[in-house]
Amino acid sequence: MSVILHVQGLTKGFTMHHLGSQMAAFSDISFDLNAGEFLLLKGQNGAGKSTMLRTLYRSYLAQAGQVLFHSDHGVIDLLRAADVDVTHLRRTEIGFVTQFLVARPRVSAEDLVAEPLRMAGHSAPQALDKARYWLKAFGVKDSLWRAYPTTFSGGEQQKVNLARALILPRKLLLLDEPTASLDAHARVALVARLQELKQNGTAMIGVFHHPDDVEHLIDRVIDLTPDAPNMEDRADVAV
Amino acid sequence: MTLTLDAPRIVTTRPLVTLRDVTKTYGDVQAVTRVSAEVFPGEVLGIVGESGSGKSTLLRMMNLEDTPDSGSYTLDLPDVQGNLFELGRFARRMLCATKIGIVYQNPHLGLLMKHSSSGNVAERLLIAGERRFSVLRDKARAALAASEFPLERLDAPPIELSGGMQQRVQLAKAIALEPALLLLDEPTTGLDVSVQALVLDTLKRLQQDRNITMVIVSHDLGVIRTLADRVMVMRRGEVVEAGLVDQIFQDPQHPYTQQLVHAKL
Repeated sequence: MSVILHVQGLTKGFTMHHLGSQMAAFSDISFDLNAGEFLLLKGQNGAGKSTMLRTLYRSYLAQAGQVLFHSDHGVIDLLRAADVDVTHLRRTEIGFVTQFLVARPRVSAEDLVAEPLRMAGHSAPQALDKARYWLKAFGVKDSLWRAYPTTFSGGEQQKVNLARALILPRKLLLLDEPTASLDAHARVALVARLQELKQNGTAMIGVFHHPDDVEHLIDRVIDLTPDAPNMEDRADVAV
Repeated sequence: MTLTLDAPRIVTTRPLVTLRDVTKTYGDVQAVTRVSAEVFPGEVLGIVGESGSGKSTLLRMMNLEDTPDSGSYTLDLPDVQGNLFELGRFARRMLCATKIGIVYQNPHLGLLMKHSSSGNVAERLLIAGERRFSVLRDKARAALAASEFPLERLDAPPIELSGGMQQRVQLAKAIALEPALLLLDEPTTGLDVSVQALVLDTLKRLQQDRNITMVIVSHDLGVIRTLADRVMVMRRGEVVEAGLVDQIFQDPQHPYTQQLVHAKL
C-alpha cells in the first residue's frame, strides 16, 4: 500500500499571552498512514485528539515536527507549505469533517453541499444533482433542500455538513466526531459512505465519541493519553 | 513580516499581486512600514486591524491613489510590467479603469450620486474606450445584474437608493470590465445586518463564479471569516501576523491577534 502521510515528531502546545502561560497538547507523535487505512485517535477528554486533527489540517500551527503529505503534486510538508498550497490541497485532496456546520447567510442547503464540487470544476447542474443525492442519502427531507440551514435543528445541520464534507472523494479525510448528534439512519449512511471512500483508497484519521459506530473500519489506533503506548495495531487493541 | 514569500510552494507558482517593502509616512506618522505580501489568482486576502493600523492606506496604494515612500507593487498580467508605483498619472488611470476595481465604504467616493446607476457603470466602460451605445448599455446591465441590482431601477441615481443598493452599484462599476483584482474597503460597514448578508453573498458568488482575486479590508471579523482565504493582521502600520483564515481565528500566535480574536462577540 502506498504511504499518504508520514508524521514525524509532531508537537503542539498553545501560548496564551494574556495569561503569560504555555499549555502542552501533545508531543513527539510519529506515524505513517497508507491509502485506504483508517486510524482512530483515542484518549480522555483534553488528550489532544481534536487538536491533532486541526494541527494536521493546519488550522493549528505545530511547534515541531514534520507532516509529509503525498499529494498529486509531489510530497509536501503540510507544516511548512505556503498557505496558498494548503488552500489548494484542502479544495482537492484533504477534507475535514467536523460536527459543526459553517452555514453562510442566504445560501441554501443544496447550494452549500454542491459548492465543493463546483469549486472542483464540476458543472452547476451536475453538482446540484449530486448534492441532492447526498442530502437524500443522509436523510434530509427534500422540503428543506432549498431552505437556509442556519434555521435547521442541530441534527439536520449536521447532515448537511456531512453531505458537503463527503461529496467530493479525497485522498485524506480528517473526521472530528462526525457521528455526534446524528440519528440512526444518518449514522448508517455516514458509515456506508466512509466504507465506500476507504475502499476507493481514502486514508482517514478519526476521533469518535462512540467508536463502535465505525469499529469494522478501524485499522489502527493511536492513544494520546499521556504515558499510553503510542501506537498499536488494531488486532491488539480493544477499542 | 512577509506573507508566504519565504514558504516553499509546489502547487501554485505565480502570485497575481506582489507587494515588497511598502512604506508610507504622512509627516511624522509612519502609516505603513515595510509591508510585503502576495495574493494569488482567485484568492481572497483579508486585512484586519484597529483604526489607524494602515490597512486602508495600503488598499489605497494598491488602487494607485497614493504613492508610498518606498517599495514596489507588481501585477502578473500580460502588458503590465514593472513597479506600478512608478507609473505616470495617465497609465495609472488606465490600469485602474481596466484591471483593478474598488468598492469604498463611502459610496460618495466611488459613485456620481446624481447620475443614473447604469450611467455610473457605463462611465467606467467609457474611460476604458468603449463608445458603442448598445455595448455600453448591455455591459452595464450585465454588471448590475451580476451584482444582484434590481434591473427595474437602472435609471435611478444612487442618491435615491439605500446603502445596500449603492454598494451594489459600486460593485457593478468595479466588475464591469472584469478586473483582475477587486479591492474592497469596508464594503459592508454601516449597512444593517440583513443587507450586509446580501452584499456578502453577492461577493462570495462573484468570487466563486468568476474567480476574481480580492483584497478586502474590514474591522468586522465576521466579514473576513466569511470571505477570506487568508488574513493579514496589521497594527501600527506593520503586519504582525498572517495565515490561513481558520488558523488566524483558531490559533492566533501574536499577542495582538489573540486580543483581537478574543474580543469578537
